[in-house]
Amino acid sequence: MSEKLFQEKIDSEKKIEPKDWMPEKYRQHLIRQISQHAHSEIIGMQPEGQWINRAPSLRAKMILLAKVQDEAGHGLYLYSACETLGISRKELINQLHEERAKYSSIFNYPTLNWADMGAIGWLVDGAAIVNQVSLQRTSYGPYSRGMIKICKEESFHQRQGYEIMAEMANGTKEQKAMAQDALNRFWWPSIMMFGPHDADSPRTGNAMKWKIKRQTNDELRQSFIDKTVPQAQVIGLTIPDPDLKWNEQRGHYDFGEIDWKEFWNVVNGNGPCNKERLDHHKRAHNEGRWVREAAKVYAEKNKLN
Amino acid sequence: MTYKSDIWEVFIQSKNGLAHKHVGNVHASDKKMALDNARDLYTRRNEGSCIWVVKTSHIVSSESEDSESFFDPANDKVYRHPTFYKMPDGAKHI
Ligand SMILES: [Fe+2]
Ligand SMILES: [Fe+2]
Repeated sequence: MSEKLFQEKIDSEKKIEPKDWMPEKYRQHLIRQISQHAHSEIIGMQPEGQWINRAPSLRAKMILLAKVQDEAGHGLYLYSACETLGISRKELINQLHEERAKYSSIFNYPTLNWADMGAIGWLVDGAAIVNQVSLQRTSYGPYSRGMIKICKEESFHQRQGYEIMAEMANGTKEQKAMAQDALNRFWWPSIMMFGPHDADSPRTGNAMKWKIKRQTNDELRQSFIDKTVPQAQVIGLTIPDPDLKWNEQRGHYDFGEIDWKEFWNVVNGNGPCNKERLDHHKRAHNEGRWVREAAKVYAEKNKLN
Repeated sequence: MTYKSDIWEVFIQSKNGLAHKHVGNVHASDKKMALDNARDLYTRRNEGSCIWVVKTSHIVSSESEDSESFFDPANDKVYRHPTFYKMPDGAKHI
């Protein structure tokens, strides 16, 4: 099969399956994107996981635990999808540990107090949902099916976060200040989650042509902002952007310039928690080694009997 | 020793009476672990009443590249479909 036939298949909205012919660059793009997505789900368990033991009520604790478990599941669905492209789970983990693969920079920010659990669910999962809803239509079959399953599970994540924010925003003066502070800290990193502006994003062209991505970074970011601003208004919190205002003509919110220096600084490993997140992952992985080995030996032994 | 787990494909029957449907896969070193992992990963919201796990290496698949010739025997047999037949006017329940 040629690249021309492949493109025709893409253009007619057919899905590409693991055994189908695909250009090597398509495969590489998918491996990079899906593994980065998978690593983000797994590393993303850390900032919230740290608050499971400190949740303010049993209800809050059960909800947070269920959410973090879901994120583990999302990581596994995505590793599975990625493995269909001919790369092993082991190699994917190696790439993460050797910093050859990235994960979303948002998880390199610390979670300082309970309001951050609200901000993460509302904003970070909210942004992830906008991206993942769009990716349900991605051209690679296993990735698309993974996204559909993930989207079904995500809706409670954002709602539980928004519920925390709403409760705190309507609570004592101190609680409201905490909610506003969490929004202040997480707003800009959340809208950075969509990546650089389209003009500064060299890989977008191919990704759109091959329908790996269905909407550009800027389109997705705008859609998230348009959805989220009214939600902030409903609970009486203020988005920390003086340039934010409704643009009647465009039918969208205008917003201020993003601090790309900070974005690249965190992407390149210098965020507040980059080292902590990766060290924790390596430690957990190494501490689990004996379990993996014992399970294998046990399985071998049972085969002999 | 280097550790390498097997991959198992997971099929779930969502409700009694329905067919099992492929949902994804899990890594596991034996069948019990495969079933437990599949339960934890794919049925956190009561998505299933029964789970099958099958080692990926045991699945035989047709090749998408020769799907045209592979399925070709069915192409010229339109008489296998009910719409092929002319029914007399007025005939009912058929
Ligand atoms: Fe997720
Ligand atoms: Fe989530």
